Amino acid sequence: MSKAKQKKIENPYSYALVAPIGIIFTIFFVIPTIVSFFFSMTRWTLFDWEFVGFENFVQYFKEASLAIGFKNTLIYGVVTSGLKVVFGLALAILLTGRLRAKGFLRSVVYFPVLVSTIGVGFTFSILMDPNYGAINKGIVAFGKTIGWETYGPGWLVDPNLLPLSSVAFVDVWKGVGIATVLYMAGLASIPQEYYEALAVDGGGAWDKFRNITLPLVRPATAAVVILSFIGGLRSFDLIWAMTNGGPGFLSDVIASINYKQYQAGFYGLATAGNVILLFFVLAIIGPVYWFFNKKEKQA
Amino acid sequence: MKKFLRKYGLDFVAIPVGLFVFAAPFILIFLTATKNSKESYQFNFQLPEKFLLWENIKTVLQTSDGVVIRAFINSTILTVVSVTLVVIVSSMAAFVFARRPGKLTTFANIMVLAGLVVPPAVVPTIWVLQRLHLFKTMPGLIFIEVAYSAAFSILIYKGFIASIPREIDEAAAMDGCTGFALYRRIIFPLLMPVNVTIIVTTSVAIFNDFTNPLYFLPGNDNATVQLTLFYFQSAYLTQYNLLFTDILLITIPPLIVFIIFNRKIVSGLTAGSVKG
Repeated sequence: MSKAKQKKIENPYSYALVAPIGIIFTIFFVIPTIVSFFFSMTRWTLFDWEFVGFENFVQYFKEASLAIGFKNTLIYGVVTSGLKVVFGLALAILLTGRLRAKGFLRSVVYFPVLVSTIGVGFTFSILMDPNYGAINKGIVAFGKTIGWETYGPGWLVDPNLLPLSSVAFVDVWKGVGIATVLYMAGLASIPQEYYEALAVDGGGAWDKFRNITLPLVRPATAAVVILSFIGGLRSFDLIWAMTNGGPGFLSDVIASINYKQYQAGFYGLATAGNVILLFFVLAIIGPVYWFFNKKEKQA
Repeated sequence: MKKFLRKYGLDFVAIPVGLFVFAAPFILIFLTATKNSKESYQFNFQLPEKFLLWENIKTVLQTSDGVVIRAFINSTILTVVSVTLVVIVSSMAAFVFARRPGKLTTFANIMVLAGLVVPPAVVPTIWVLQRLHLFKTMPGLIFIEVAYSAAFSILIYKGFIASIPREIDEAAAMDGCTGFALYRRIIFPLLMPVNVTIIVTTSVAIFNDFTNPLYFLPGNDNATVQLTLFYFQSAYLTQYNLLFTDILLITIPPLIVFIIFNRKIVSGLTAGSVKG
């Protein structure tokens, strides 16, 4: 037996096992990502291309209907991950506490995670309908009882930041179950002795939360924030189902703008948008990741 | 009374609020799906004059030569084949990454991170699919779903396999059981708990996927269930009862998964994932 052959037999963890996913991942993810840098600098019909340099990027920054994507994507990412931290932690504390119906409520909170995003989007669109929606009808009825004349806000049609915030709110409603589960695991890993020691020293509920719970669930917070940002910055389907980026383009995010450019046949511009989204995501996830790693090492 | 309140008081607040916030939208879906088209346009929580759920389901299933039935078949094929492939190819790779440190494994770790964070380049992917004659085909979309799900599942599998004692596979390797046989006979049977987690999370994600079928498998014949919702929205602008019947129908598979795996999803996702 030759030496080379012997060596091959010796290692039981053959690289051949990596080959299937290696090939699929390379062809369908790595190669498109690499060629996207080139095609983002072209005018492109999928069959033919013409090199235009940074023209697409310039257009992206200059045109108001495209540049709004930066602001909206950032707002959407920050609002969704911030609210998921707040509500996820609050629900996790509630659902690991002395509640009798813990198991039932955990299921209730988690179920929306498994449901179709588009279906949820359509459902909330009719709940938020300015005239017929149940939310505004409730507000109007409530206003009448306290003598306040109101029509209720135009959740998805108002020409300001409200439509984007309404969609972000639905995103939180749908996704808070994951944050809750991650926080529940984080809470379970805090030793009970810490709380007992604090109780002996006469600390109250707020001291418990501020000095024990909050610092010790930091790994869970890191997971929630990073996962929410990864999802939130790329979010497309919920916005598409609820507002189509409208009214006008006021609630458009980078991902929905890219889809619109793709639909219109501007493939080079859509690819430039993809590259921009890539750097945008890295520019936000990078510092967030670094921040949580640094803090963890200190602790 | 005081004692009773202290014991159950929180529940009396939490249960109604929880149901109001999280269950009300589902009640609205169900109620709207039971109404006629005129009533459904009221968007309210009133009971229907006549319970028309079965009639609505029949109408939805017959619409456009049964596009919803075709979509259910397409989505089932897509989900089952993709998830099967994901489970096999990512656990195989994760096994090697967990056991064989080296340059390739370091590179793979970077790729896994990239796969989690980097947004896919859509139009260039279509360009690649066209070159391979896979654009607008089910196999093409299956490969896409496998590629996009790989990073997350490799991460989960790797963490789990690292906790399996090395001695087990060293003993097997000693007896000449190596490579695929070692993975297939020794490691794979030990992966069942984490397989459940991957199968549940990945199948729900792929069944509910809207964006990738929209880009990579357009066309009415190829529709997957999520795309049929837009069909009802545009073709029957005023027929909210049918739209919500469709939403109700496509919520049933996740509901079944939820009922069966409820406890396991939560415990599987959290086992060892965020230890402080």
